[in-house]
Amino acid sequence: MSVFIDKNTKVLVQGITGATALFHTKQMLEYGTKIVAGVTPGKGGTEAEGVPVFNTVEDAVKETGANVSVIYVPAPFAADAILEAVDAGLDMAICITEHIPVIDMIKVKRYMEGKKTRLVGPNCPGVITPDECKIGIMPGYIHTKGHVGVVSRSGTLTYEAVHQLSQEGIGQSTAVGIGGDPVNGTNFIDALEAFNNDEDTYAVIMIGEIGGTAEEEAAEWVKANMKKPVVGFIGGATAPPGKRMGHAGAIISGGKGTAEEKIRVMNECGIKVADTPSVMGETLIKVLKEKGIYDKCKTH
Amino acid sequence: MNIHEYQGKELLRKYGVSVPRGFVAFTPKDAVEAAKELNSAVTVVKAQIHAGGRGKAGGVKIAKNLDDVRTYSKELLGKTLVTHQTGPEGKEIKRILIEEGCDIKSEYYIGLVLDRATSRITLMASEEGGTEIEEVAEATPEKIFRETIDPVVGLTAFQARRVAFNINIPKELVNKTVKFMLGLYKMFVEKDCSIAEINPLVTTGDGNVMALDAKLNFDANALYRQKDVMEFRDLDEEDAKEIEASKYDLSYIALDGDIGCMVNGAGLAMATMDIIKHYGGDPANFLDVGGGATAEKVTEAFKIILSDAAVKGIFVNIFGGIMKCDIIAEGVVEAAKQVELNVPLVVRLEGTNVELGKKILNESGLDIVAAETMADGAQKIVELVG
Repeated sequence: MSVFIDKNTKVLVQGITGATALFHTKQMLEYGTKIVAGVTPGKGGTEAEGVPVFNTVEDAVKETGANVSVIYVPAPFAADAILEAVDAGLDMAICITEHIPVIDMIKVKRYMEGKKTRLVGPNCPGVITPDECKIGIMPGYIHTKGHVGVVSRSGTLTYEAVHQLSQEGIGQSTAVGIGGDPVNGTNFIDALEAFNNDEDTYAVIMIGEIGGTAEEEAAEWVKANMKKPVVGFIGGATAPPGKRMGHAGAIISGGKGTAEEKIRVMNECGIKVADTPSVMGETLIKVLKEKGIYDKCKTH
Repeated sequence: MNIHEYQGKELLRKYGVSVPRGFVAFTPKDAVEAAKELNSAVTVVKAQIHAGGRGKAGGVKIAKNLDDVRTYSKELLGKTLVTHQTGPEGKEIKRILIEEGCDIKSEYYIGLVLDRATSRITLMASEEGGTEIEEVAEATPEKIFRETIDPVVGLTAFQARRVAFNINIPKELVNKTVKFMLGLYKMFVEKDCSIAEINPLVTTGDGNVMALDAKLNFDANALYRQKDVMEFRDLDEEDAKEIEASKYDLSYIALDGDIGCMVNGAGLAMATMDIIKHYGGDPANFLDVGGGATAEKVTEAFKIILSDAAVKGIFVNIFGGIMKCDIIAEGVVEAAKQVELNVPLVVRLEGTNVELGKKILNESGLDIVAAETMADGAQKIVELVG
């Protein structure tokens, strides 16, 4: 078991003929991801990396039965690409694209209300269920199959955490990058809830950063609902207020969204927070041992 | 992106939001000409810098005649203004706004911001104008009123009316205030604002509702479709290194410390600053070279880090996913060739092609300290910088 995606997921790549999309389509295919279709308006009827290309998402779904899309469309057109995926009734749309204007995402979120599609991202590395399905831009080889769920606002910090876990023999059930934008689809709580319901996930690492209050809300949710141990890390403890630290969402404004406050609330809610990004794995292992589930989580 | 108050007021005017008449001036002579043109009983001379708190810092003067205007303009132009938002180094005043004075009856606060929790724009308002909204939120949160805006219909007249009544706008001015708020919202959406704060919004003796100040901030991701807003960009207000970095699509932010950082990924870049601090050091910058960096980009990043005179050592921390370690290594070697590298350099490479990357660095003949982990690297650079 896993969350969101598995070996049966049929993937559609939106914007497949772009250079970045082609590169990652190849990487995903090599990993074993079932990519059944691509979409680039005007390129319907051609092939990219051996994958049939369609003009519209609707056509692609009709012909191939794709149920999850990954979006590599450039920022000015990415919001529309998400809308098209939602309109086609896909189970999930994973948007890798960075730099989508916030006003566009506000409209997208409004449009998605009451629709079945789950959005992950934008501005995210994607989702991976090790050895089954890799959707996005993460380096596949650092992941190992196992029982720890990872959810994060940052791509490279996810890789860092996954690498630390794999090196210590702790495999992952699914790693979900929710992205660094202030308006996004799947949030921490959505991912935590999915991990909570997944019988194959025994513990979770959540990686947050400065800006907003999503970590605090997630921590309260964990305290009230989570049956499994959660450890965390928050990036940006030394970031100056009022500056956007690379991610559009990573900004302390009006004294809100500090790392200090997030860590305080997480600790209060029973989430052990790693002191440095170097000990995310170590911190989790300590907690697994305390809870007596280390052996269950040790996969290799 | 931030713009000046006078530019913000120009935009507001286009959206039918009332602002006092005024002109920007770059010299005392221009300032006097502007004041003549305004021909008002009282003229306000306002320093234009990208920072709040100008009034308290002495950046706003009330002139009773043209001589006053000349005196204050001479005093302000070229002066370095230190406010609570500029940092101790302050900012040099290069532009001033010459504006007609108005007969203020009452001051209010109106702001539009993104509410991340609801993914909607929120209108915030308070009758405590002139005070920072954070302070009002702290002291008298019951005096702040909020309206969450549905993007399908936008800010509605009834919402604007409700807010106007809640903050006790005199009822004969409610319609004008509603028009003000609707114009402000229209501008916010059409111009891709991320913050639009009017503090204070004033009611005047002659029955007007006006924006006496305007703090506008724009979504950097949307500037590609906001050509007129881009023209408001004032490079004098930005860090030279940040401008240089933006040319190469590098995300760089100057900080006060002495350890230069080069990292891939925003999250890892922030975490690298944190871990340096954890081991007792001080980062000189935030720098994300991005996922698709080339050797050339890495070289430029290196040059920018080294252009900061405070830098006494560099920590390169790379987790190569898409970014391959050999590319980073080539960039580092190339940069070291082009600029004289006379500070310690610690490199931690992990991920795709890590062995190849390490080999390139080893064979380069450069004096590079290799680190095994982030923690190891951070400790080493902190020790070396001392």
